[in-house]
Amino acid sequence: MYTQSFSVPDGTEPSQSAGLKAVPKALSAQDAALQAQFDARIDADGRIEPREWMPEAYRKTLVRQISQHAHSEIVGMLPEGNWISRAPSLKRKAILIAKVQDEGGHGLYLYSAAETLGTSRDQMLDALHTGKAKYSSIFNYPTLNWADVGVVGWLVDGAAIMNQVPLCRCSYGPYARAMVRVCKEESFHQRQGYEALLVMMQGTEEQKAMVQDAVNRWWWKCLAMFGPPDADSPNSAQGMRWGIKRISNDDLRQKFVDATVPQAKVLGVTLPDPDLKWNDERQAHDYGQIDWDEFWATVNGDGPCNKERLGARVKAWNDGAWVRDAALAHARKQQTRQMKEAA
Amino acid sequence: MSTPALKEWPLWEVFVRSKQGLEHKHCGSLHASDSEHALQMARDVYTRRQEGVSIWVVPSASISASEPNDKPEFFDPASDKVYRHPTFYVIPDEVGHM
Repeated sequence: MYTQSFSVPDGTEPSQSAGLKAVPKALSAQDAALQAQFDARIDADGRIEPREWMPEAYRKTLVRQISQHAHSEIVGMLPEGNWISRAPSLKRKAILIAKVQDEGGHGLYLYSAAETLGTSRDQMLDALHTGKAKYSSIFNYPTLNWADVGVVGWLVDGAAIMNQVPLCRCSYGPYARAMVRVCKEESFHQRQGYEALLVMMQGTEEQKAMVQDAVNRWWWKCLAMFGPPDADSPNSAQGMRWGIKRISNDDLRQKFVDATVPQAKVLGVTLPDPDLKWNDERQAHDYGQIDWDEFWATVNGDGPCNKERLGARVKAWNDGAWVRDAALAHARKQQTRQMKEAA
Repeated sequence: MSTPALKEWPLWEVFVRSKQGLEHKHCGSLHASDSEHALQMARDVYTRRQEGVSIWVVPSASISASEPNDKPEFFDPASDKVYRHPTFYVIPDEVGHM
C-alpha cells in the first residue's frame, strides 16, 4: 500500500550522505571492473538481480528502502484493522478485511524482496520492533471515525500509488516485480475508499461534515508522504542515478495534487488549502506550504500514535511466538518420524 | 518447560500455474514451517484473486542456480551459432511459407 518515496536513515545508522557515493573507497582492479559493468547496466536501463555484484551502498540503500516499505505495509494494517469490527455494513466489513489482508500480503512481497539482498526476516522485524527502523509516518495519525477509513483509501492509498507506480521500473529486479504485484492490487484500495465517501456524501448533513472533517485532517499529511522538497533531499540524486527512484518528490507531489483536485470536486468536498489554485502558466496547481517541522517530529517518534502502533506490533509478535515455535517443532517431529520410518 | 531457541521458518519458493494448459511460473517466496504450511500460505498470499489453479512450493535451499559471475562463459557457446535460427537460411520467395 503505502510508501513514502524518500527513505530516511534508520535510527542506528550514521548519516547516509557519506556512504551514498557509488565508490566509497579505493577499489581493487577487479572491483573497478565490476563497478564499470554495474554502471553500464544501470546506464542502459538494465536490471540488477539478487546474486549479482552490486556496490555495497546500493545494496544498503535498497535494504533500507525496501524494509521501510515492508514495515509501512504491516504497520498500515493497524489504523484500518481498527475499524473492521465497527464497519457500518457486512459489505464494508468484507471489503475492509480484504484490503487489510492485501496490506499484509504486500508486506510479505516486500520482505521477500529485501531478503534477496542478504538480510533476514528476523533482522528486519527486530529493527522495526526495537524502533531502529522507520516506517511511513502517515500511520502515526489516528483514524477517528468511519470517514477516515474512506479518506485513507482515497488519499493515502492514492498518494501511495503515485509513489509506487514508478517503482515498478526500479533497477533492482525483485523490488520492481514486487511492486508490479502491489500496484495491481492497489487500485481497488483507492477506489473502495472513494466510493465509501461518495456514499457518505449522499447521506445526512452530519455525514457530509464527517467526510469534510476527515479530508481536512488528512490532506496535508498526504502531501508530506512524498517526502521533503527536492532541494532538501540530498539522497534523491543518488537514488535517481541508481534507477531506484524514477520521479522526484516534488514532481510526484504535483501529480498527486493535480489528480486529486477534480476528484474532490466530484465528491463535493474542498481541500483545506487557501493557496490551492490552477496556474495557467505552469499548467498545474499551485499549493501552500507543508508543515515540515510537524512531519519530522512525527518521523522521529513524536506523532500522536507512534507508541501505540509500535506497541501493537511488538505485542502481536510476542503473542505469536509460541505459534511460530510450535509449528517448527511439529515440522521437525514429522521429519524425524518420516526418517525413522524410511530407515 | 522453556522453549528451545528456534530460528526462522525455512524459506520456500512459490510457483503458480495460472490456468490449465500453462506452465507453473515463479511468483515469489515465503517462510513456512513445512511443505503443507507453505502451500496454505502460498494460496493466501499469491492467489487471493484467483491467480492460480495449481501451486508448487520448493525449499529455497534445494534450488541450484548458475553463478551470475560465470554468465558470459556459461552462456557464450550459444552466441556464435546463428545457424540455429531459421532466419539464417535464405529461401527463394516463390517457395512461400516454410
